[in-house]
Amino acid sequence: MKTEEVLKVEHVSFRYEKENVLEDVTFSVPKGAFVGLVGPNGSGKSTLLKCILGLLKPQQGNIYLFGTPISEFKEWHRVGFVSQKANSFNTGFPATVYEVVASGLTAKLGLFRFLTSKEKQAVMEAIDAVGMGEFRQQNIGELSGGQQQRVFIARAIVSKPELLILDEPTVGVDVHHVQNFYNMLDELNRLGITLLLVTHDIGTITEKVTHVACLNKHLYFHGKADEFAQLKDHDLSKFYGHHLHVLSHQH
Amino acid sequence: MIEAMFHYEFLRNAFFAGVLIGFVAPLLGVFIVVRRLSLIADALSHVTLAGIAASLLLEKKIGTFAGWNPLYMGMGFSVAGSLFIEKLRGVYKHYQELAIPIILSGGIGLSVIFISLADGFNTDLFSYLFGSVSAVSRQDVWVIFGIACTVVVALGLLYKELFLLSFDEEYAVASGIRAKAIHFVFIVLVALVIAASMRIVGILLVSSLMTLPVAASIRIGKGFKQAIVYSVLLGELAVIAGLFMSYELDLAPGGTIVMLSVFILLIAILWKKWRRR
Repeated sequence: MKTEEVLKVEHVSFRYEKENVLEDVTFSVPKGAFVGLVGPNGSGKSTLLKCILGLLKPQQGNIYLFGTPISEFKEWHRVGFVSQKANSFNTGFPATVYEVVASGLTAKLGLFRFLTSKEKQAVMEAIDAVGMGEFRQQNIGELSGGQQQRVFIARAIVSKPELLILDEPTVGVDVHHVQNFYNMLDELNRLGITLLLVTHDIGTITEKVTHVACLNKHLYFHGKADEFAQLKDHDLSKFYGHHLHVLSHQH
Repeated sequence: MIEAMFHYEFLRNAFFAGVLIGFVAPLLGVFIVVRRLSLIADALSHVTLAGIAASLLLEKKIGTFAGWNPLYMGMGFSVAGSLFIEKLRGVYKHYQELAIPIILSGGIGLSVIFISLADGFNTDLFSYLFGSVSAVSRQDVWVIFGIACTVVVALGLLYKELFLLSFDEEYAVASGIRAKAIHFVFIVLVALVIAASMRIVGILLVSSLMTLPVAASIRIGKGFKQAIVYSVLLGELAVIAGLFMSYELDLAPGGTIVMLSVFILLIAILWKKWRRR
């Protein structure tokens, strides 16, 4: 039986002016998978994400979300997104945790529609799911980095997405909270949400994910996490462009 | 003043116009401040002045616009200015704040040219600069009422989109929100409110009514909705008390309202400091 593909990237190339950032990238994300998209800084990970989210248009290739070409895709509420910049927002912004999480329903509701009691309930559930229930009425700028990241996850999952994309979500989050954060992602994955996690931290990611995609302009590897674990350090060094020794994190 | 209001229509007009502006200016101001666009109000108010000067010039030299409310041309210039700002923000993507001084200096430059072409105005240009209680006509009140209704309805309908765009523009765009169209509506609303507010506080002080109550409210409120409620309440307090004080003490209403807003802001800052101790 063929596995359903939530995301398919086909021969995608992208360049900023004359600089090639992505070259002929092809990979797919099966339903229910937890995919780690890894690569060094400047490898084109964030650019690829922007292409997947429709923020940038690749010069070549096609991207499909739930089988629909991205140019025709309208059901953006099926895709949750946690930006790399999420925790570098204006901390003086007067918004409570509840208001930020509720804003995750904006696209799903559409224009001129307000939150009903059912949707308010969904907001409460999303906040509780990330363990932030007691901070509901607190301004988001008053929370720690780890707590803010949880709020952004809640905002991304409140519309009950089938695919959750996270761009370097642990940047700026202290080590103690990183482990809790990964446990929460495991839980979301068990609930059936497909995850695409972008990171430059190979050591941590290989233990957590089911599939790995290695990007450095080209796609160097795409397969299951245990196959990736068999790769020797010198294979990875070629990919990263310098000597590399992968360390597993023990939190 | 309450007794005088029963006798004099101009006082009633000023009061109603003040209450309407005290409501919509801070309401819109919350979105302006959190989007870090506070100076846009200043730029557009100067463009509005150019529109008013143009209208007064045409009235004086040609007579075509005799009987026309200069507010209409001010509004037209203000809306056009807002569109230019958006265009310039697109041209200077990495220096978006440049759009504001360009439009501001363009607006004041045009105003000075129109004023000099008219060899000065015998009408109450001073009242447009600093606001006036006696300058508000019944027609002005109706125009301001129409603008206030438009703003309240538009903000009510686009509230969640504007909130998301203000808090996290990248996420809003990635969610499929039509950011450009919504921002366009927003900036046109700002232009209309600026044109409407100048009768009471004057062009040179209009941005203060959009920013000072908001600056105070984000010190004391929790969350976005509370910031809106406090901004409107503090805005109304400054406008109503300012109008009464300006009438009783024979002061310029614009300056009185603004100084009351500054006073309220100082109290909010001190109160917050005292709470933290």
